[in-house]
Parts: sequence; C-alpha cells; structure tokens
Amino acid sequence: MNLVYALMASVIVACSIYMILSRNLVRLLLGMSMLATGVNIVIFMSGNTQSPRPPLIEEGAIVLTDAADPLPQALILTAIVIGFALTLVLATLTLRAWRAERTLNTGQMRGAEDLGDPTRPGKREG
Amino acid sequence: MDGLALIAPVIVPLLGAAIAAMLRERPIAQRTVMEISVVTMALASLLLFLKVKDGYELIMAFGSWIRPVAISFRADALGATLSLVTGLIGAAGMIYARADVAARRRRSGFDPLFLSLLAAVNGAFLTGDLFNMYVWFELMLVCALGLITLDRRKAQIDGAVRYAALSMMGATFILVGIAFIVAEVGTLEFRDLRLTLAARDLSLSIVTGGALMLAGFALKAGLFPLFFWLPASYHTAPIVASAVFAGLLTKAGFYACLRVLVTLFGMDMLPGFPVAIGVIAGLTMVVCAGCALAQTDLRRLFSFHIIAQVGYMAMGLSLASLIGLQAAIFYIVHSIIVQTNLFFAAGAIYRADGSFDLRTAGGISRSQPLLAGMVAVPILSLSGIPPFSGFWAKLTVLRAGFEQGMMWLPAAALFAGLLTIISMGSVWANGFWKSRAGGRIARPVPTSMFWAIATLSAATLAIGLFPGFLWEVAGIAAHALELGGTR
Repeated sequence: MNLVYALMASVIVACSIYMILSRNLVRLLLGMSMLATGVNIVIFMSGNTQSPRPPLIEEGAIVLTDAADPLPQALILTAIVIGFALTLVLATLTLRAWRAERTLNTGQMRGAEDLGDPTRPGKREG
Repeated sequence: MDGLALIAPVIVPLLGAAIAAMLRERPIAQRTVMEISVVTMALASLLLFLKVKDGYELIMAFGSWIRPVAISFRADALGATLSLVTGLIGAAGMIYARADVAARRRRSGFDPLFLSLLAAVNGAFLTGDLFNMYVWFELMLVCALGLITLDRRKAQIDGAVRYAALSMMGATFILVGIAFIVAEVGTLEFRDLRLTLAARDLSLSIVTGGALMLAGFALKAGLFPLFFWLPASYHTAPIVASAVFAGLLTKAGFYACLRVLVTLFGMDMLPGFPVAIGVIAGLTMVVCAGCALAQTDLRRLFSFHIIAQVGYMAMGLSLASLIGLQAAIFYIVHSIIVQTNLFFAAGAIYRADGSFDLRTAGGISRSQPLLAGMVAVPILSLSGIPPFSGFWAKLTVLRAGFEQGMMWLPAAALFAGLLTIISMGSVWANGFWKSRAGGRIARPVPTSMFWAIATLSAATLAIGLFPGFLWEVAGIAAHALELGGTR
C-alpha cells in the first residue's frame, strides 16, 4: 500500500514541478497548488497507516496499543489550510500581474529587472 | 507569569495588527496603535532577554497538554537575544515609517502587515516546535508579499511574483523534510528531537529530512545557489519594508538552519555537512560581494551585501564547533542592525537626491554632515573597520576559521571582505562625497529618518565599543543551542 502512495505522490509532484517550470503564471499557480497536494500525501504516509483505529486508550488499559498516529493528520490539516492561503495570495498576485503587465508570460515581465538596472543611464524616479 | 512573558513578543503585535486592521480608514489612529504595539513588544522582548540571558530558559506548552504532545514555546539565550534585536529593528522601523509611510500606504494596510511580520519573526525565534516554526515562516512570507506590493506598482507585482514562487518552493522542501522527521522520530519538539536523536544512530530518513530542510531554509536565508529571488524583489518594496526584510527575514532563515541542523545532528555533524556548508558559505560571500560591485542602484547593491553577509554566518556554522556557533550568533546580531540601517540610509539618499542611483546621488556630506556621519557608521561597520561591530564580527569568525585549520574558507572570507570594502568605498564616495551634477544641493532629510538611522548607528557603535557583553551572551546562546534544552 505504501508503494502505491509513494508512486502517487511522486507522479503528482513530478507533474506539478513540470507545470511550475512553465513560463505561464497560471500554470505556475496550478502547479503550486498541486505540489501542496503531493506533499500532503507524503506527510500522510509519514504516519503509520497500518491501523485504522482512532488513538483512544481502551477502557481498563493503560497504554495505547495499535492505533493510527494522529500527529501527521494534524499536520496535514494545517498544511492544507496554509497551502490554500498561499494559493490564494499567489492567485491575487497573478491577477494583479495580468492587470499591470497585460501578459502572463513571466519571460516578458521585466518590471523588477528594469528598476535600478545598472546598464541603463541613471535617471530620477517618482 | 513566565508564560505570559514568553508569548508577549508574539501576541502583542498580533493583537495590534488586528486592531490596526479594523482602523483601516483612520491612518493616524492606525499609526498610534502600531507604535504602541511595537514599543510594548520591544519592552516584552527586553524583559524576556533579561530573564534568560544568564543561561536559563523558559518553556510554555499551549493548552495545558503535557509537553512533547503540546505545541511549545521556548526561549533560550539565542531566541531571546534575536527577539530583542527584532524589537530594536521594529522600533527603528516605526520611527522611520513616520516619514516614509504616508496616509495612502497606511490605508493600503502597512501597519497590520508590519506588525504581523514582526510577530511572525518573533514566533520563529521563540517557538520550540519544528512544524510551528514552518508556520511562522509562511506567515512571514505572506506579510512580506503584502508589504512588497503595498503601492501596487508594476515592478512590485513582478518582484512579489518572483519572491512568492521561489519561497513557496522552499517552504515545500521544508514541509517534506518535516514529514521525513515525523516518520522516523514521531515528534517535532526541538528538545524531544534532540533527546531522541542523541540516543540513536542516524538513519537515512533523518539525513534526508535534514538535507531537505537545509535546502528550504537556505533558500529563505539566501545562501549561494538559491539567492536569485532576493535581489530581484527586495528593491521594489517601500524602503522601510525593504529595510526590515534586509535585517530580519534572511537572518530568521539562517537562525532556522542553525536550530534545525544542530538539533538534528548535534555538534559533530555528519562528515559531509560541514564541508558542504563551508563551500556554500565561501561561494555566497565571494559571488555576492562581487555582484554588488556591478550595481549602481543602492537597494540592489545592498541586497547583494545582505546575502554576502549571510555567507559569513554560514561559515561560522560550517566550522561545527562551539566557538564557530558563538561567532555566527554574534554576526547575526551585528548584521541585522547594520543591514537595516543601510537600507534606511538608501531611503535618506533617495529623499535628498530624488534617486536611488549612485551615479546621480551626492553632496550629502556637505549639506548634511551630521546625517553623513551617522550613515558612515553602518558603512564602516559592514566593511569591517574597527571600532565598529563589523570588525569584531569578522574577527571572531575568521579567528574561529583559522583555529580550525580550514584555511581556504577564511581566505575566501578575507577576499569577500576586500570586495565589500571596495563596494562600500564606492557608496561613500558617490553617495556622500562627490558633488552633484550641476552644483545642485541635496534636499534636507526628514528628522524621523535621521533619528531612526541614529538609533541603529548608536547600537552598532555600542556593540563595537563594548563587544564583550554581546560576545558573552553569544557564548551562552551557543551553549543553549548545542544542548538544545536537554540539561
């Protein structure tokens, strides 16, 4: 079962990295949100997925035996929320970039590079 | 009471940010809330520092859970010292913002973002939990993106996209690294990790996790192959934001490198790690100090110097010894103050000359000699000239390097130091000494900018004249870091 999950995570991560390497900002955005999903599967696997039982100590027993580890699940929940928030921030930036530059091709966005470029003559800026 | 002292540097600015966000349409009220919060935060950090500076530590677990289960906050000498410096930077930024941040920027949300950024930095310094640290870094990223795009200029959006894309990749590396650690050890609290790992042999999973986290945090710190996002984005932000980023963000990333590597691998790291970090450190110093020479825009020039300075700290870490860590911690404190001050100086030059470009700047040493004198302090300090803090910082790192016989690394550091002196000489000659074209006189600089620069220059001078105190604190901090609270 672990092998299946590992394969799944690696395929998702590979696809998202392919998309992140694209020059199109929207593909970058989609790749980033997919990457977060791939990583969440890795975290999920890091908990021992052998047992489906909740981590509750049985009546009369003193130690917890044979239960799923709750820690990775708490981590995934947090990671999902953070990934969602960051995707939104990046989406906002993408929208703003489209409005400011009228292009989504990152190769043509030169605003930050041109600001203070040492090969251009010195000029005053507003 | 101790618990309150521990979380106050994080809670106070977060509360302030919430209140400031509600006062969005009232810039003056917003500013007042921000200033009160920053001053309270700085005092809380000072209190915390006084409590732990002699080697004690404070621990607090949230929600009354027992400790390894709960998310914990922990202040040792290292975290508290850096939190204190964060308070100082916050206070200086607050003074500077009076001149640099007008009502329009405050309506765009400067104050809540600034406060949240300070809270996130303090959180990263004071947390005792690896995953919690990752969360604070994400908050830092979001606040930084907000501050960069404050004016919604084309260049700012562009810079923010670059910053966001690379930082999110870095965060992903950190997250995968954390997953590896959880799978192997099942705990994320630094102290618990240190205790568990000290008792067993290193496994492949731990090493992989450590390497992934090193990659992620090295990206945040701007170490050699992963630094390109920094000079591509920092120069677009409003100058007070750039200054705070310059001081705090890369250093928080480097602090995380220190904490995570020492917690996972202890002092005698794996055979490969110190050499790898040493090579990265050497390349960072030389390449970035060289890149700075080619720049004419002050913000871009100083951006490259930020990274070059992180190289010196990484050199301290790569020595994998107590004295190396002590030197690295001393360097972090020195560097935070000086880098922020240099960006403040760039903003002052912009006010005086109407441009960040060194080619059109000039004349400040004649029209405003007092300001020029204040700016000379960080410039000389960055170059490593005595009696300023940079001299002691470089001296201690170099001495630690020579003592351990890694000759090529101090040699690279000395070469990078030479490049830094040349670059700073050019900044001084062009920005302050030479007359402006057409004999125009530089305009006066607002007093609040002057006082912000003066505050930080005084701190630099104090460290330079009395380095013993900080050196001792750095020693205690290095000890606390090595032990990881396992006494």
